[in-house]
Amino acid sequence: MSGILVVLEDRDGRIGRASWEALSAGKRLAQLTGKSLNAVVLGASTEALAAEAAAKSVGKVARIEHPMLRRYTADAYTIALHQFIQAEQPDYVVFPHTYQVRDFAPALAARMNQVLISDVVAFDDGPVFMRQLMQGRLTGNYRHAGGGLCLISIQAGAFRADAVEAGSAEVTRFEPQIEAAAIRTKPGEPFRGSAQTVDLGSATLIVSVGRGIKEADNLQLVKDLSDALGAELAASRPICDNGWLPMERQVGSSGQTVAPKLYLAVGISGAIQHLVGMKGSQCIVAINKDPEAPIFEVADYGIVGDLFEVVPALTEAIKAANA
Amino acid sequence: MKIVVAIKQVPERDAQVRIDASGKWIEESDLQYAMNESDAYALEEALQLKEKHGGEVIVLSAGPERVGTTIREALAKGADRAIHVSADDLRQRDALGVARLIAEAIRPENPDLVLTGLQSDDLGLGQTGVILAEVLQVPHASLILHVEKTDNGLKVKRELESGWFQEIELPLPAVLTIQSGGNKLRYATLMGIKKAKTKEMRTVTASDLGQDGAPVVVLEGIALPQKQRSTQLIEGDAKQAAATLVEKLKFEVRIL
Repeated sequence: MSGILVVLEDRDGRIGRASWEALSAGKRLAQLTGKSLNAVVLGASTEALAAEAAAKSVGKVARIEHPMLRRYTADAYTIALHQFIQAEQPDYVVFPHTYQVRDFAPALAARMNQVLISDVVAFDDGPVFMRQLMQGRLTGNYRHAGGGLCLISIQAGAFRADAVEAGSAEVTRFEPQIEAAAIRTKPGEPFRGSAQTVDLGSATLIVSVGRGIKEADNLQLVKDLSDALGAELAASRPICDNGWLPMERQVGSSGQTVAPKLYLAVGISGAIQHLVGMKGSQCIVAINKDPEAPIFEVADYGIVGDLFEVVPALTEAIKAANA
Repeated sequence: MKIVVAIKQVPERDAQVRIDASGKWIEESDLQYAMNESDAYALEEALQLKEKHGGEVIVLSAGPERVGTTIREALAKGADRAIHVSADDLRQRDALGVARLIAEAIRPENPDLVLTGLQSDDLGLGQTGVILAEVLQVPHASLILHVEKTDNGLKVKRELESGWFQEIELPLPAVLTIQSGGNKLRYATLMGIKKAKTKEMRTVTASDLGQDGAPVVVLEGIALPQKQRSTQLIEGDAKQAAATLVEKLKFEVRIL
């Protein structure tokens, strides 16, 4: 199976959105390189996952099955995929850039003296792979040199999940050899951090605050604005890391994903970890003192200015408009 | 516990970055540098583990001479000694090349635990710690918020996506990549800053470590990102801008 191999991830028994996006990236890469598109699923029991994947327009879907793949460990996944790749010799392996992939794919690549090109947002003839640098302020163009297997992971939201047509793929099986002693970590059952009382996902208006607010005492300014708008208050990760707002108000890859009618970002620079959680919003307004801040790349409206002046003025203007 | 913390010096968060004449990297001459954020949390975790269980914290950083300031900052916060992997050509190395360099510098120390941040704020590859574990042939866990020592090794709290977590047990020696926010960062004290000047900082070079392989992945050039939406920039002083935005929210976005 030379060609392009897309690794699809199990999310609660189904193939996750990020994996469909990776498959769509794989399709684009197949068009660019003229190679075949294939997919693989891993687990202790993969029949349903494979059936889901095989209903797409891909060449083959391989089921890598082993009892020790029941719960994810970096060791078992690395061993299993390594054996599969050695047997099948694909030219490209494409992953979704999930937390799980970040945990093992760099090691898998290193085991084969290769380097994963991680968090790819686009690619072009060559192929040249684009990824973000400096927290999204710059784009880097990367090339795989020296031949051999090329491994890439695809950033969430960079490709359309629905771009791969329906089809009917052949399903094959692969049984890796995994020794129990080779699994060095013991993973526990996933659990939720705290009872989620704020559902930002269903909010229609969100005012979100970032590092630019500088101190916890200044948060009142933003609370006043969200009150005036009747919006939910949210934040980027550093605000919650500092304990200024509870973790459940965090928007981004490690927090909630939101898509409100209005997302008003105050003092948020727009690192990718934040953008993936909010760029689906219908209207994005950004207030930031730095005109180069990446948040302006996704904003519909922008005010470049000092939030300590703009926010109180905006609160007053909204109150006046509502009066 | 003997702990090595690998830290990276990166351009300061708010630094204005400009593309240099080569088009391959940013203009470095007028940049301010700082300790990579998640690496600062890795250092904090190491210092807290030492306070609870004793042992030694060795801080390691690779890069040109300027990384010495970040190393001194780590020593001032409480690390016991430092290793500077002196290299002016880090940008020509890929993630595996850099990790191999760091691994060879760590190996003779034979530490119980290696900590590093989960991702750098400049390149953002998020791979160094995981590759380090592979090269050193020890187990790892990534995106760690909390570390607890047990009789058999460690129990760690790993962040999953969307507000989920997981506990993982693993034996020592091990590598952990630390997520930001698990602890509160300490500041260096005046006493710490004074003491740092007398602490050992050993320098090793890439050629000492025998690591000069060709990269597999090459950064060919950098560019300004393409805009994903067209942004209407609202001009004027704070009051005017606020008034204009309210008009837009009312008549274009229709949410007021």
